Amino acid sequence: MLIRYILKRILLMIPTLIVTSALIFTVINLPEGDYFETLAAEMQAQGEKADMSRIEFLKKEYGFDKPPLERYVRWVAGLIQGDMGYSFEYQRPVREIVGDRLLLTMIVSFATIIFTWIVAFPIGIYSATHQYSWGDYGLTFLGLVGLAVPHFLLALVFMYFANIWFGTSIGGLVDPSYLNQPMSWAKLKSVLEHLWIPVIIIGAGGTAGMIRALRANLLDELQKQYYVTARAKGLPPGKALRKYPLRMSLNFFISDIGDILPSIVSGAEVVAIVLSLQTTGPLLIRALQSQDMYLAGSFLMFLSFLTVIGVLISDIALAILDPRIRLQGAATK
Amino acid sequence: MDILRISDLRIGFTIHGLARDVVKGVSLRVPAGKTVALVGESGSGKSVISQAIMGLLPRAGGITGGEILFRDPQAPETVVDIATLPAEGKGIRALRGGRIGMIFQEPMSSLSPVHTIGNQIEEALLLHRPMPKPEARELIEAMLKRVGFKNPKRAFGLYSFELSGGLRQRAMLAMALICQPALLIADEPTTALDVTIQAQVLDLMRDLQAEMGMAILLITHDLGVVANMADEVVVIFHGEIMERGTVEDIFRRPRHPYLKALLDASPHFDMQDGERLVALREARPRPAVAAPPPKPAADAAPLLSVRGLHKTYVTGSRSFFGKGNQTSVKAVNDVGFDIRRGECLGLVGESGCGKTTVSKIIMRAVTPDSGEVIFDDGRERVDVLGLEGEDLRKFRPRVQMIFQDPVSSLSPRMTVMNILREPLVIHGRGDQAGQDERVRTLMQDVGLDMRFLNRYPHSFSGGQRQRIGIARALALDPDLIICDEPVSALDVSVQAQILNLLKDLQAERGLTFLFISHNLAVVNYMADRIAVMANGRIVELAPRHALFDRPAHPYTRALLRSVPFADLDRRLDFKLAAPGGASDDSHWDKAFKAGPDEGALTHLPLGDGHFVLARPNADMRELVP
Repeated sequence: MLIRYILKRILLMIPTLIVTSALIFTVINLPEGDYFETLAAEMQAQGEKADMSRIEFLKKEYGFDKPPLERYVRWVAGLIQGDMGYSFEYQRPVREIVGDRLLLTMIVSFATIIFTWIVAFPIGIYSATHQYSWGDYGLTFLGLVGLAVPHFLLALVFMYFANIWFGTSIGGLVDPSYLNQPMSWAKLKSVLEHLWIPVIIIGAGGTAGMIRALRANLLDELQKQYYVTARAKGLPPGKALRKYPLRMSLNFFISDIGDILPSIVSGAEVVAIVLSLQTTGPLLIRALQSQDMYLAGSFLMFLSFLTVIGVLISDIALAILDPRIRLQGAATK
Repeated sequence: MDILRISDLRIGFTIHGLARDVVKGVSLRVPAGKTVALVGESGSGKSVISQAIMGLLPRAGGITGGEILFRDPQAPETVVDIATLPAEGKGIRALRGGRIGMIFQEPMSSLSPVHTIGNQIEEALLLHRPMPKPEARELIEAMLKRVGFKNPKRAFGLYSFELSGGLRQRAMLAMALICQPALLIADEPTTALDVTIQAQVLDLMRDLQAEMGMAILLITHDLGVVANMADEVVVIFHGEIMERGTVEDIFRRPRHPYLKALLDASPHFDMQDGERLVALREARPRPAVAAPPPKPAADAAPLLSVRGLHKTYVTGSRSFFGKGNQTSVKAVNDVGFDIRRGECLGLVGESGCGKTTVSKIIMRAVTPDSGEVIFDDGRERVDVLGLEGEDLRKFRPRVQMIFQDPVSSLSPRMTVMNILREPLVIHGRGDQAGQDERVRTLMQDVGLDMRFLNRYPHSFSGGQRQRIGIARALALDPDLIICDEPVSALDVSVQAQILNLLKDLQAERGLTFLFISHNLAVVNYMADRIAVMANGRIVELAPRHALFDRPAHPYTRALLRSVPFADLDRRLDFKLAAPGGASDDSHWDKAFKAGPDEGALTHLPLGDGHFVLARPNADMRELVP
């Protein structure tokens, strides 16, 4: 039963990805011109003389004289074989560029997600079970501040105080002296020293949002009759809360996994730029600005793939956790 | 010995900073092994009392005075005052579930949908009587068998959504009784169930009470249930006890006017033609109407003629490859009937029998697989199912609907004015001033104050909201109004008002009703003819007197046998009522079942417009009792 369900979901991914890739390709090709024309224009604007014959050659080399449909098919065919194309701007294969930054991005993002959960869960439960108390109001206020203050502003403030109080170097994920050095204990320590700033900043908004969502979900569940039944059995309040309403409000977290996977990779772009983190976010923004077609397109495609996988994982987890999804729709008894 | 003795109990609620007493000095007692019924309308404080006994009052509420003394028959010397126990403390938790069990009105939502039945019962058992798991499992399976699960081993691993409403309530009973409590609090335990299932669950409760010797505090608004279950009755109104006594005293010699009024407000089977229900509180008087429209000729073509409706729903998962484990359910199977102009046709059946699907097909909200619906107002014949586009839009005002739930059928973001004007705007009736005038007339027609026009639905009571719903249905001057369980969400007193209003409107305007309900007494009060539906088919169709005096179909008889009367001389024979639920056709005589060889069932005429679904060659004398 479950295996058939998973197979079905995997088969459904194929048309989803085809449509996404077509959309990405179209949108990236929408603006006038292409990378080479942007390049030529930029060079001319800076007073340099563009070598038009070289640009013409490059265009031909990368198939930009072909009709869009053919380019699309080639691009997709490459993706299927794991070839993400070639970045014009960096003059390297896309996979190498992205791969370098992927590790750092994942470290930052995983840490952020874990931070979010560790902070949001207890606070959300406290807020819901102590609705309208001073604690609830206070934590709600803190959360709203976290949601409302722009991330880049928080980033600047944190960097300033981290530098003054702890002497942490400004920007980056690692002290400049360790840049381009192999991984070592000292480097890891330096990474950890720097990590908490982006984690708190990127996590602030997410934590606040998650507290609000958990509080609202749990408040709904606490009104439900089955919770009264559980207490009418004589269960202690904490146990009744954990077994019934909390379990039910978990569905929301699980369906959230679909969004989390791509955000692990893409990171928070603006914050990353302000903090000059070597993550993938700034890379994507730069690629989109310069119409670096393969870098942007393949990277976006990679994100969509992760989204689809994330949704798949959350659907399977939901089916395992929630018998209504697993059993309903099967034969009625 | 009294298990529970409540004296001068006061409970207050603080809402928006305002303290308000909802229970004002209530005293009652529950003797060991007896059933005490606590009767009252919604908002009378009866559920709040039960929450106080369990120590489950909402956070906004608190006990402000009095005592709740619980004396456990296992330790008769010690008396616990529940009112003084700390909330969520050890003392109250040991009583809850252990010595006092509770079941609720909504069997669907009272069980967790993500835990198995067995898991939830086991939890209650192990909490109060720690024992090894295999032993617990044995006890639970025995209990499940006792409450009526045919295969308790399998039932242990089932989830609540895999069970029917009746079985869910049985599972709840098993959970409440697994620790053999001294007191069972049943808060409207059968209100959400069909009559035949209600009879079974009530029967089970009485049997278990006899076996375990527990006391029951039965909270209900249904006097029929009270007459059949209770030893003592306590009547509560606005947080105060109106009358208290043995069931004999209460029903044979009601003294308090409130109780008498409550008895007069509930429809029953012995009502004479033209007898009116007496509402507890009379609603606003409505303006008199000059002359009722003339009765249409008896031989005129029926207003609505339904023939051969079929609708099959497919459930189950469709597999990606080939056929999955799909099952098809015949929701509507060869349904046909006529509604004459100016008449009220009742459509009765248990939940899931297909009655709502039929109404949706007539409204063109559901498309049937086959069949025909002809609408004939005397000027033109319309094939309702064949209408498309603009024709369909023009037809829509002719048939309107009144819904069951007065809360969710009105938009909370629109004022009464906007709600009532919307149909007029959609169909472009009149200009702004004309529409305002029409809305005012409608408000008068349904007995609502004109000053309410700018209010939102949330500021009205259930009965008033249902009046708004009725006014909305009347706005476009429809020929046919489909009432889908219009009073089943309302209290007895309000129910009487709404039924009288519908009757008056029908007499004044010559309206035609299709009145759908599961409540036989209500249909008996409203309808001229009644169609009984079971398993997607109309099994019997008869004028109201013929149906109640000479029911022919076993399903109809089972339904009628299961209705509890508020009359001590006509107690239900629970064992006779309906062994496997009325729509289980294995108990039907073979003349009413389709045989494999003898062809399909047809509607046999029994005279006077009385039809019953049976085999074409069935012996008439067998059918008519």
